[in-house]
Amino acid sequence: MKAPPFAYRRVDSVAAAAALLREHGDEARLIAGGQTLLATLGMRLSEPSLLIDIRGIAEMQGIAVADGHLRIGALARHVDVERSALVARHLPLLSLAAPHIAHAAIRNRGTFGGSIAFADPAAEWPACTVAADGALTLSDGTRSRTVAAADFFLGLYQTALRPDELITAVQFPLPGPQRRFAFTELARRHGDYATVGLALAGDVTDGRLDDPRIVYFGVGGTPVRARAAEAALAAGRAEPAALDRAVAELGGELAPAGDLYAAAATKLHLAGVLLRRGIQSLMAEDAQS
Amino acid sequence: MTDRILVNITVNGMVYERWIEPRLHLGDFLREELGLKGTHLGCEHGVCGACTVVVDDEIVRSCLTLAVQADGAMVETIEGKSESGAIRDLQDAFLERNALQCGFCTAGLLLTADALLQAEPEADRARIREHISGNYCRCTGYHAVVDAIEAVGECRRAGARGAQP
Ligand SMILES: Cc1cc2nc3c(=O)[nH]c(=O)nc-3n(C[C@H](O)[C@H](O)[C@H](O)COP(=O)(O)OP(=O)(O)OC[C@H]3O[C@@H](n4cnc5c(N)ncnc54)[C@H](O)[C@@H]3O)c2cc1C
Ligand code: FES
Ligand code: FES
Repeated sequence: MKAPPFAYRRVDSVAAAAALLREHGDEARLIAGGQTLLATLGMRLSEPSLLIDIRGIAEMQGIAVADGHLRIGALARHVDVERSALVARHLPLLSLAAPHIAHAAIRNRGTFGGSIAFADPAAEWPACTVAADGALTLSDGTRSRTVAAADFFLGLYQTALRPDELITAVQFPLPGPQRRFAFTELARRHGDYATVGLALAGDVTDGRLDDPRIVYFGVGGTPVRARAAEAALAAGRAEPAALDRAVAELGGELAPAGDLYAAAATKLHLAGVLLRRGIQSLMAEDAQS
Repeated sequence: MTDRILVNITVNGMVYERWIEPRLHLGDFLREELGLKGTHLGCEHGVCGACTVVVDDEIVRSCLTLAVQADGAMVETIEGKSESGAIRDLQDAFLERNALQCGFCTAGLLLTADALLQAEPEADRARIREHISGNYCRCTGYHAVVDAIEAVGECRRAGARGAQP
């Protein structure tokens, strides 16, 4: 399983990367952490003639808080997010999710932006980014635009990214003091892609849940926001009856595909189990604080 | 089009300069170009962990790292770690506890375990299992591996407490 031959260029600016993408079209691929790309090249799932190494681009690095936002540079590695004190303080959802992404050796190289660009429907970062209201900065080197995470994931491995654009950063609004997060997933082995996973956010005040965001992964072609389940829980105390209604709503909202290991009905059932767990941990956290 | 590229990679303290094809991954670079066969290649797509090496002080999959990406980096392999004695305690514990049989996974597991104990000397069994979950072992059933790593963690902690500043 060796990769086919390709040329390799290292660039140090978004403009240079985008120019090469325009010049070489479909023949070229960006490589960030390479943790997905190199595996697919080895399996000969694609045969690009040029890899553009973007890891040295300074403007895409770093994790910072400014202007009411947490900014994660696209080239921040999974491990950088996992260890970031800023992330733990301002957006603990990401700290909870990070240890579930692959294994330590892969988290040391894979990047936040690479995961979002690749848009694997079972990946953690895309769902977390939707649940935490993230917005992506996309740039072709001359013009940049902002796309809400909820509008970015279009279908299985399909995104709003244009052929000559890069994700340069992801911006998250800083959550208010009542905002709580929960993250839970079921995988066959720790570090494997999730069978079903859930990223959850909500305002919790004196046992009351407002403005919940329920975002599933592994159950469709994109991260799936369960709006009817949210409605069943919104502005309530998440008591058992409301939770039962929310779980019942999932049947109309999620259409998971069965795979080798779990039938569609099993995944739907597990989605309900995760919702109960997630809501419980969200409300329990409020009791402690 | 696929011209060779000149790279400069420090492996186990020695600097190597080589013209290589961009598609050559670090695992093949170590094994084929440098003859360091302690790094094993199993799946070559990131799943088994046999090819784990240390790049700039962090474990990585050498099959998912291009050698050209390691240009300018400091790489350590099982050979370097063995010769320096840095993981002698882990190697001894793996032997004593029967944590290796065919040995195919062992180099990767040793480097993975060492990375954990350096970052989290107090790691408990659950944490150890979680951390080594990316390393396939077809022989041991993992229990002995976890025993060995746990024992070394205890020893290193005791040693650190006993050491004079
Ligand atoms: C064994 C194994 C298990 C894994 N398990 C998980 C898991 O449980 N959960 C999970 O989420 N992931 C998992 N992954 C994937 C891993 O997290 C990858 O690191 C990640 O999905 C891709 O990031 P990367 O930086 O390595 O991207 P690369 O492999 O470098 O690139 C992936 C794709 O994104 C494009 N790209 C990269 N960066 C950008 C950018 N800034 N702008 C535009 N396009 C870009 C590339 O051109 C390429 O098409 C696993 C991988 C392996 C090998
Ligand atoms: S050979 Fe690299 S992970 Fe299997
Ligand atoms: S000892 Fe044989 S694969 Fe682990």
